[in-house]
Amino acid sequence: MANLTDTAAPANIDVEQGQLFCIGAWTLLGIVDLSQRLSARHWPSGTIQLSGTRIDALDTAGALMLLNLVTEWRQAGRTVEWHDWRPEYSDLLTLVEERQQTAATTRTPSSSQLNPLARIGYQAWNKVEHALSMLAFLGEITATLLRTLLRPGSIRWKALFANIQRAGLDALPIVGLLTFLIGVVIAYQGGDLLSYYGANIFIVDLVALSMVRELAPLLTAIIVAGRTGSAYTAQIGTMNVTEEVDALRTIGIHPFDVLVLPKLFGLILVLPLLTLFGCAMSILGGMVIASVQLDVGFREFLNRIPQVVSLTSFLYGIGKTPVFAAIIAIVGCYQGFQVSGGADSVGRQTTQSVVQAIFLVIIANAFFAVMMGGTGL
Amino acid sequence: MTAPDSVIEIRDLKTQFGSLVVHEQLNLTIERGAIVALVGGSGCGKTTLLREIIMLTKPAAGSIRVFGREVVGTNRKHSQQLNRRFGVLFQKGALFTSLTIRENVAVPLLEHTRLDRNTINAIADLKIALAGLPAHAADNYPAELSGGMIKRAALARALALDPDLLFLDEPSAGLDPVSANALDELILQLKDSLGLTVVMVTHDLDSLWRVTDRVAFMGERKVIGYASMTELTQSEHPLIQEYLGGPRGRAVQAAQG
Repeated sequence: MANLTDTAAPANIDVEQGQLFCIGAWTLLGIVDLSQRLSARHWPSGTIQLSGTRIDALDTAGALMLLNLVTEWRQAGRTVEWHDWRPEYSDLLTLVEERQQTAATTRTPSSSQLNPLARIGYQAWNKVEHALSMLAFLGEITATLLRTLLRPGSIRWKALFANIQRAGLDALPIVGLLTFLIGVVIAYQGGDLLSYYGANIFIVDLVALSMVRELAPLLTAIIVAGRTGSAYTAQIGTMNVTEEVDALRTIGIHPFDVLVLPKLFGLILVLPLLTLFGCAMSILGGMVIASVQLDVGFREFLNRIPQVVSLTSFLYGIGKTPVFAAIIAIVGCYQGFQVSGGADSVGRQTTQSVVQAIFLVIIANAFFAVMMGGTGL
Repeated sequence: MTAPDSVIEIRDLKTQFGSLVVHEQLNLTIERGAIVALVGGSGCGKTTLLREIIMLTKPAAGSIRVFGREVVGTNRKHSQQLNRRFGVLFQKGALFTSLTIRENVAVPLLEHTRLDRNTINAIADLKIALAGLPAHAADNYPAELSGGMIKRAALARALALDPDLLFLDEPSAGLDPVSANALDELILQLKDSLGLTVVMVTHDLDSLWRVTDRVAFMGERKVIGYASMTELTQSEHPLIQEYLGGPRGRAVQAAQG
């Protein structure tokens, strides 16, 4: 009775002496192209005698097909009489017929078939709603922040230190390696031109200044957005899906206290330190190339740094990073709370989180540059 | 009905996670057309045994033959052929969250048959109705359904290919009594008309009495009792006595007469 092999005799109907016989396997495998086989056939008019003596097998899919055919016959004014069906097959046909009446038959149009204008409006409103909910989230963070500052005892130290470890300490190797390589590349590319003019020593200006003021803060922020911001979204998002966030609420713990603030504080503390480490590693990279390619020794290089990089430049470079950290942490957590449904949504919001965080960091960086240009520092 | 021959044959199975031995010298034979339940205390390895039969977990030693074919260490082609004859209902449903219920049920059909899209949709709709879901649920996403409805949708997906062998992991957990009864009824109906073999892990004493032909009681790392419920209640084994002789077990037993 069960289809043990991968092949089955194709289902069909034979007509013999005015009687119709179901033949072959009326199963998932046998009913392939069944409607094509039957479409051009002419059925006897009046009463159809349908016999089950020669059928090999029947399953729910085959029963569905057979019943659809019978319905078609009945609609065409014929009557159908069942003959010699095994009891278990009759039971199956009854079961399927009974359940088929409650099965869905109408298709609702999917929402993606909107006209272009409606879609633009829909998308625009989406953006507005998004901005509003982000604003609400910011407000909620500020309120939680103020409440925590009034009662410093409510700070979750364990979560804070765990975050510092994960977002800071564990990121040292990747940040160090990448900024070192960028230092090497900048020194290598610029060195050629400088040696052409005999201005080898200016390699220090090129590497140190560009790194400290712009590149190290930006690069570190981008690495951290990809590494830590995405982890924040995925963690909070999964907790949202598995109702862990709701569980926290019912226990009387505000989710922001354990999930958002430790991440925000942790990243604000850690990102300037990571950036500092990135600066040092990129200058090291530049120094190695300078001494190998341009005959600028380590001592010479280091001696020139204080003349090139003013305290303002240094503070400007490092000073931006807490703002970047806040952007990454807030966007990461916000997107985490936006997750609804399941695995699919976690993936989508995590992507959003990284893209948005990097986007906002670069905008903030441009904003800082314009501000500094205005003050003439 | 065909003569009872074995669909699943487990010989000297051993399962080990690190230093924890879950099964040792475990033997079990399940016959075609039978509804067999795996029962036992929590953590005795019921779900692990189920996962080993459906090739999701690899045992440390021993042999499992399904439809006469060894599944321990089998290759991809064979395991795929076996997979299309299995229907599995996971404990939490495991529906794909990015697909609607109809699309979820259609996944195995699209993967394993060459039917056209309309036929597949019609079959999927029928399976959804068979599992006892209302018609409008077909267009919903899993996140929009209640726990009980997710269970039934998952059953619809497990039945999609009209499997010969149906595995149910805690089918009635989280269902209201009415739905649990309807599920029991459906399993019995399908077994009779399709010749299904059903292997289920359950703690639901009502369905144990109602639908199972035999019950494999697991404990002490092996099957310590394999018989019908009526015979099992006569068992002298302390673990079985404790499980079935508790207040809940006695209440159901009394109700069954």
